[in-house]
Amino acid sequence: MPTTDELKERIEASIPGAVADVIDLNGTGDHFRATVTAPEFAELSRIEQHRRVYAVFGADIGGPIHALSLVTRAQ
Amino acid sequence: MSTVEQQISEEIQKAISGNEIILFMKGTPEAPRCGFSARTVAALEALGTPFAAVDILPDPRIRQQLSALSNWPTIPQLFVKGELIGGADIVAEMYESGELAEVVGAERKPGAAPEGDANAPLTVENRLN
Repeated sequence: MPTTDELKERIEASIPGAVADVIDLNGTGDHFRATVTAPEFAELSRIEQHRRVYAVFGADIGGPIHALSLVTRAQ
Repeated sequence: MSTVEQQISEEIQKAISGNEIILFMKGTPEAPRCGFSARTVAALEALGTPFAAVDILPDPRIRQQLSALSNWPTIPQLFVKGELIGGADIVAEMYESGELAEVVGAERKPGAAPEGDANAPLTVENRLN
């Protein structure tokens, strides 16, 4: 079962300079919310920012990670 | 891709191009089966916007083909004029900022939203009258 720390580490390892704050929405280890700030988001539309974060997890989204709610910011 | 999957993909593309506003969701607008879908429906309904809805739950291949087409892994997915607007989080942000009203309302009532009132309270009345 994924943990908030694991999600945070994966996001920060995959997106240069990213800072991620991840919470477990239901305490069940499968519905998460991540607030992600990354410099490269300044170049991306909101939809591309979310795609970038989803891409970190690939097929895990909809698998072990049932839901990942996102808030993305350039700064 | 099997023939059935191809057919599903084509049906999805037809639905997207044939409906100005279309929401792919879990459940129906009357009975959403997921909180994220429910919130997205609520935002659209708060704007008084008619929209088409497709329940992706009856067949897992609907979601697979939809995500392959849209390059978006989660449900719900809102499309306006053939373009993916986003999922529940983006729709919620756009609703709060007033962008959603502009995106879904501009085509239906051209020129109806006066310029320069971006700070006016977002209500159904001042968007749709």
